[in-house]
Amino acid sequence: MTRRGSKFEVRDVRVDYGKNRALQGLSLDVIENEILSIIGPSNSGKTSFLRSLNRLNDLDPNARLTGTILLDGIDIYREMAPEALRKRVGMIFALPIPLPRSIYDNVAYGPRMAGLGDKRRLDALVEDSLKSAYLWDEVKDRLRSSALKLSGGQQQRLCIARTLALNPEVILFDEPCSGLDPISTAKVEDTMTELRKSRTIILVTNNTKQAARVGTRTAFFLMGELVEVGPTDKIFTAPDDPRTNDYITGKFG
Amino acid sequence: MKERAKQKVGFGVLLFATLLVVIPVLFIIWLIISKGASALSFKFLFTMPQNGMKAGGILPAIVGTFYLVVVSIAFSLPIGVLAAIYLSEYAKDNALTRTINLAIINLSGVSSVVFGLFGLSLFVVFLKFGVSIISGALTLGIMTLPVIITTTREALRAVPRSYREVSVSLGATRWQTIRHSVLPFATPGILTGAILSIGRVAGETAPILFTVAAFYLPRLPHSLGDQAMALPYHLYITSTQIPGIPENYRYGTALVLVGLVLIMNITAVVIRSRFRRKK
Repeated sequence: MTRRGSKFEVRDVRVDYGKNRALQGLSLDVIENEILSIIGPSNSGKTSFLRSLNRLNDLDPNARLTGTILLDGIDIYREMAPEALRKRVGMIFALPIPLPRSIYDNVAYGPRMAGLGDKRRLDALVEDSLKSAYLWDEVKDRLRSSALKLSGGQQQRLCIARTLALNPEVILFDEPCSGLDPISTAKVEDTMTELRKSRTIILVTNNTKQAARVGTRTAFFLMGELVEVGPTDKIFTAPDDPRTNDYITGKFG
Repeated sequence: MKERAKQKVGFGVLLFATLLVVIPVLFIIWLIISKGASALSFKFLFTMPQNGMKAGGILPAIVGTFYLVVVSIAFSLPIGVLAAIYLSEYAKDNALTRTINLAIINLSGVSSVVFGLFGLSLFVVFLKFGVSIISGALTLGIMTLPVIITTTREALRAVPRSYREVSVSLGATRWQTIRHSVLPFATPGILTGAILSIGRVAGETAPILFTVAAFYLPRLPHSLGDQAMALPYHLYITSTQIPGIPENYRYGTALVLVGLVLIMNITAVVIRSRFRRKK
């Protein structure tokens, strides 16, 4: 594997929610065009890490962050507007959360908020995004019907299409398949593998098998700390740290 | 068997409590319809009072109450909604916002006659609006602010936090998020607050007593600076201040008041159901 440039450089990041420390001074690089899987038991800081990368923690008045996070060398907390950052760093949540609007309006939401009003360009963007998320064929005849009528798996692919409509460079997946059946999960995983060609993906998952299937590198988090990170094959066959071994072999977690 | 008997007693108590709530409502409606329906006529609804209010219609009171409702809601709904948005979406939890919250709760506990005195001193005297529709409507509006703020905040709180997170994660600003992913889904709840306020504004007597209500003014108001008659006050004076007014005239006034509130509420409910269906 050729070493490419770092997309994210995370340095000594500490996140507190009130009195609870979620991340204890964590440093980690995310390499361009990789799928970085993050595994670890619950409360290990995986989601907090993800939410600090697109500054979603800003919404929580109790959240405090110290340390620096650079995206392409630029400090996202000091040198970038959060809206601009979030257009470049998209996020897929654990449960599919379609807004109670039509399929079309869900996908067009981000571009519209960014000021795109031209109907023809929006139409093309919606179609392209739905195609990239492998949903177009299933919904092309009912773009105006409510997104809430879709099945769970379709809703999650709609959420992926909605994020893709902004053409982000990085996509954060926060346990995207935790509510999905195996077939829907396979579709979402295929999408991730396809997206990796042009984007950087960070996947938080409770499912170690999923990390092994799709991740190019895997990081193991425990109690708000990074235990180790390395190529997925190595982490799952010959991890350096015994705690990693215990987790992936199912001794705890 | 004993548990089943207990259960029956329990259900009985619940049913009794429910009936206790419904019976007075039915009784009131029956009373005002049976005693007031005979007064309803074109002349009663659409002409001026005559002969010291012993004859003729109640048009100025209907129009006055209608104006008061429209103007006071036009004032209190936007201000209340904006204040609620600020308090629940922007304000941090600190001493200032806690004080404001306390003030809002206390405001809703102030008796309506105190609002009347407040309106008299602030709008009528200090701001020199005089005894007028605008003074009365503003007084009523301030009285309904706590209701509107509280119901709006509940409605905003009921919008899932995840909608905000999704919207923000798609690059929307905070205001865009509120405007496009919070307010649309809170609108039915906000309108519920408006509906509650309409009934209160239309029915209150004390706040309009010193600020707008005319005892006898057999013409329609020309502007917001005019005094006006209003249904609740008209009902009060025809029932207590003037002897010899036919009974069906008084109950007819009550019937019109209830009917007017009902019509305005139905309008708001229809608007609300439109918003609900949009989802």
